[in-house]
Amino acid sequence: MGAFTIRVEDGIGWLVLDLPGEPVNKITRAVRHELDEALDRLVADKEIRAVVLISGKPDSFIAGADIDEFVALKSREEAYELVRSGQALVNRLERLGKPIVAAINGACLGGGLEAALACTYRIASDDPKTRIGLPEVQLGIIPAAGGCQRLPRLIGVRAALDVILAGKQLAARRAYRVGIVDELVPRAILEEVALKAAKRLAGGWKPKRHRRGAADLALDRNPLGRRVVYGTAKNQLLKKTRGHYPAPEAALSAVQHGMKHGIESGLDMEAAFFAELAVDDVSRRLVQIFFATAALKKDPGVEGDAPDPVPISNLGIVGAGFMGAGIGGVAVAQAGVDVRFRDTDFDRVAKGLEGARKILKGRLERRRIDKYEYRRLDRLLSGSTGYESFRRLGLVIEAVFEDLDVKHEVMRAIEENVRDDCIIASNTSTIPIARIAQVADRPERVLGMHFFSPVAKMPLLEVIVTDKTAPWVTVSAVAFGRKIGKTVIVVQDQPGFWVNRILGPYLNEASRLLQEGVTVEHIDKAMTKFGFPVGPVTLLDEVGLDVARKAAEVLHEAFGERMEPRGSILRMIEDGRLGRKSGSGFYRYEKGKKLEVDETAYEIIEAAASSKVPREDVAQRLVYAMLNEAARALDEGVVRSPRDGDVGAIFGIGFPPFLGGPLRHLDEIGAKGAVATLQRLAETYGDRFAPCPRLVRMAEAGERFYPA
Amino acid sequence: MQQAGNGRRVAVVAGCRSPFCKSGTVLRDVPAVDLAKHAVVELVHRANLTGKEVDELYFGQVVPSPLAPNIAREVSLLPQFPPSIPAASVNRACASANSAIATGRDQIVLGHADVVVAGGAETLSDIPILHSRRFSDLLVGLSKAKSTAARVKLLSSFRPRDLVPVTPAIAEPSTGQTMGQSAEKMAKLNGITRESQDEFALRSHKLAHAGTEDGRLLAEIAPILVPDSSGAVSRDNGVRADASLEEMAKLKPVFDRRYGTVTAANSSPLTDGAAAVLLMSEEAAGAHGFEPLAFIRSYAVAALDPGDQLLMGPAYAVPEALDRAGIGWKELGLVEMHEAFASQVLSNIQAFESRQWAQEHLGRAEPIGEVDWDTLNVMGGSIAIGHPFGATGARITLTLANEMKRRDVEFGLISVCAQGGMGFAMVLERS
Repeated sequence: MGAFTIRVEDGIGWLVLDLPGEPVNKITRAVRHELDEALDRLVADKEIRAVVLISGKPDSFIAGADIDEFVALKSREEAYELVRSGQALVNRLERLGKPIVAAINGACLGGGLEAALACTYRIASDDPKTRIGLPEVQLGIIPAAGGCQRLPRLIGVRAALDVILAGKQLAARRAYRVGIVDELVPRAILEEVALKAAKRLAGGWKPKRHRRGAADLALDRNPLGRRVVYGTAKNQLLKKTRGHYPAPEAALSAVQHGMKHGIESGLDMEAAFFAELAVDDVSRRLVQIFFATAALKKDPGVEGDAPDPVPISNLGIVGAGFMGAGIGGVAVAQAGVDVRFRDTDFDRVAKGLEGARKILKGRLERRRIDKYEYRRLDRLLSGSTGYESFRRLGLVIEAVFEDLDVKHEVMRAIEENVRDDCIIASNTSTIPIARIAQVADRPERVLGMHFFSPVAKMPLLEVIVTDKTAPWVTVSAVAFGRKIGKTVIVVQDQPGFWVNRILGPYLNEASRLLQEGVTVEHIDKAMTKFGFPVGPVTLLDEVGLDVARKAAEVLHEAFGERMEPRGSILRMIEDGRLGRKSGSGFYRYEKGKKLEVDETAYEIIEAAASSKVPREDVAQRLVYAMLNEAARALDEGVVRSPRDGDVGAIFGIGFPPFLGGPLRHLDEIGAKGAVATLQRLAETYGDRFAPCPRLVRMAEAGERFYPA
Repeated sequence: MQQAGNGRRVAVVAGCRSPFCKSGTVLRDVPAVDLAKHAVVELVHRANLTGKEVDELYFGQVVPSPLAPNIAREVSLLPQFPPSIPAASVNRACASANSAIATGRDQIVLGHADVVVAGGAETLSDIPILHSRRFSDLLVGLSKAKSTAARVKLLSSFRPRDLVPVTPAIAEPSTGQTMGQSAEKMAKLNGITRESQDEFALRSHKLAHAGTEDGRLLAEIAPILVPDSSGAVSRDNGVRADASLEEMAKLKPVFDRRYGTVTAANSSPLTDGAAAVLLMSEEAAGAHGFEPLAFIRSYAVAALDPGDQLLMGPAYAVPEALDRAGIGWKELGLVEMHEAFASQVLSNIQAFESRQWAQEHLGRAEPIGEVDWDTLNVMGGSIAIGHPFGATGARITLTLANEMKRRDVEFGLISVCAQGGMGFAMVLERS
């Protein structure tokens, strides 16, 4: 069966796309071929005066090009051929000689939007599933089927760059407001309105596009104004990408070039850029991460036959502090979960409720929800000083003070009050889950759910399982984490779990470098240049030096000398400098804003007057400390696969996505090269750099973490 | 004994309420519907309901907001419940929540429902103020006017005095008498002295204070977080630990400044609050694993001429409810009387105990019964705790049911007087 069907009704040809055997419509080689044929028939049929392009799927218009096809590209030539054929097809849509109405319901992304842009008229349903955008740059490529040409011509350069450079997906209402679609209608009358529009267009009607704001006009309608727009966009872009991501810059050039030299020339440039980017390492890494997160979304979290997850709609949170409030707020805002806080006095409960409400209010302010939905969801937040209502709960997460006795007390209290099938999770970042579960009557339902701070912003969740945790408990916790919008990896119950384990040596190395006289700026710049969103010293300040120190001690206790923290952090803590939260750390802060480096910090940590560390060694010491530990922890089974480890490092630490994660990066370097570098570092700086057994083995056998 | 329906017994299994706070104080900015939702959300939590068990919801409110006229439906649309719970708002003045509970009970007895949430809410901080009729007519006219000329003509008819708003008073529409005037009249007719009223009010504060301090009243309360206020409100704020007869004696009577005896101190204050109880058929309570606090044995409602002694309703409803329960006053182990005014409580007690009154008004040979002061309003009442009109009935039901369980009392009585010359009485039983 084909993907396209044509139905002729009353002079209007309905071109319906319904890709067989797929949940969503995507543009495959076969679809392109069939479309070409379908267009032949639409042209040939004299009865047809106008066309409606519509999807046969319930909630997907066209989700974009087929990524598998794009990944299989071997060479620039192949990529060039692919993009040219796509461009030709879209051009053909535009020049069909008969007006085409795109009736859009569901995802209209990438190539799907580019096709729609070539249509004469666009109508979108106001269904929440209707998302419209050009996400190409997120995969390291650019919209190359005319997206960089037709969108700026339709909605103006500034608005188009907004959509293209961030790879944004707009809700239908937004898309209507900026002018991408001509009409916004309820789902139920989409076909009816499309038919009317097609008939009017057949009768020679020329639709008027709505006008943009005055500021946009002033900037867009003249070359000088456009130059201002391009300049601003480029500056903002470079600030974000730091030159590591070529795609947005290429898209910007394609837009700029096309606007100056005409659409044909712009298309040439799109094609040239696409061919280059599609087989580039950055795109390859970004696509790999895309696939890894997509695979993670389907991964139940246990091996073999996974039991069905128990759906959780009632969540209890013991300890209504900053973390607890964050978890509760995200659970309500993301998934409408009923959240019950419990803390020792009602003022603490009230603080937690306020914190959670703030997250909900943020969504209201960003118009993700309206005030009615806000009020409804707000009612799902409640709290008390007792455990009286815990029998309702399917999951309890404790986020109380990091003290084993306190955790034990809380664990007993929870178990006394919940149903037998209630899952109990700890949000500890330092205490082994098995030790917390020691006092549990049913340790099989106990696990760790390690959220990162601030919960609303950090996408990762580590679900930590002990050797007693039952599979149904794991899959349910994983499913719940996903439901509230987190990327979830399942991690073994070892000190530091995954993220803090590989972060530990990296941060230790940063404080060593500080003591050796390397400046704060140098260290931070070295790592942002490498691709981290913030440098390690800034990160220490953000996390809180006391928290970082506690985590470091746990690792030291578990892993010995290799993880020995320096005294510098301790001296800072003794001086009352805990980082951002105390108003001063290695940097100074004023009213929540980070200011310059606090020079007095060097005295406190007794830093050497000047550094003897070669510049290039600074970055290497930091990065290799992390890479080595990642390989070691993977070898010990802390994460279930290199995929989980890399996703965890990217989403939990901000490891540069264009490098694909620490393990992918090690593959890139090669085990042999990595071992050599580590040996050199070990000789110069100490045994902590000794390459871990796994890397040594891999170097000998010529192995990789991922298949080549 | 008259038992309605098919004999299914109805249990009060749980309940909870907001703190009751004097109007214009801490709950000033919380609409009644939010107070109601707060009480019911907390009830769902404390009773460990999934929400799906609930079949129907009834809620009392006396002065509804025009923005949410059916408060009950707003409450039953809480996200804790499925959207399929029908709900009705009930207005029987100060006995509204009692009527909500009685209606819920009836639906269960009839077999129409197994689980019902019933309660009431009121905020008197936010009374709807009406435009004058002339101003309303002008606004409606303007919206309907077809031409500018017509609009100008309408506007020219406008007079500044049209803007003077109409504030609803707590007065009987049928007689124009306010509650307070009626209470004053009753005090005079029944010879209730200022001293006895003040003493009764003092008793209410003392017992309510004790009940708060020992945690019995606090146990009913779900602390509420008030927007833009620091911290949580977890106590009734009308209860005065330092109430004294001397201080009370200094107050001027409000409704009859020369010869009156009814003062702010011996009346219930205008109050904001909400309360709710969970009702279940005996079988459903068993199936859901609830140990009932008490069962509803009977109830009765009576009404009299509002131009007569307006708040004497209980003296008519109570004997009827006792008859329907098949018990006598002596068998009551606890009595909860709504305290609208001390003069009203004392007038009704006088009637309960009077052979003459029973003969003249009920045609009975014997008086209704003699009040045992050790079992009456043992944690005080509305004078101290406060009286959110729509909510009081549920508060009293909850207070009584809880205390019956604590004391393991066999029978308990509720009596509530209401606007319009009505009275409500209900008998709860244990075992």
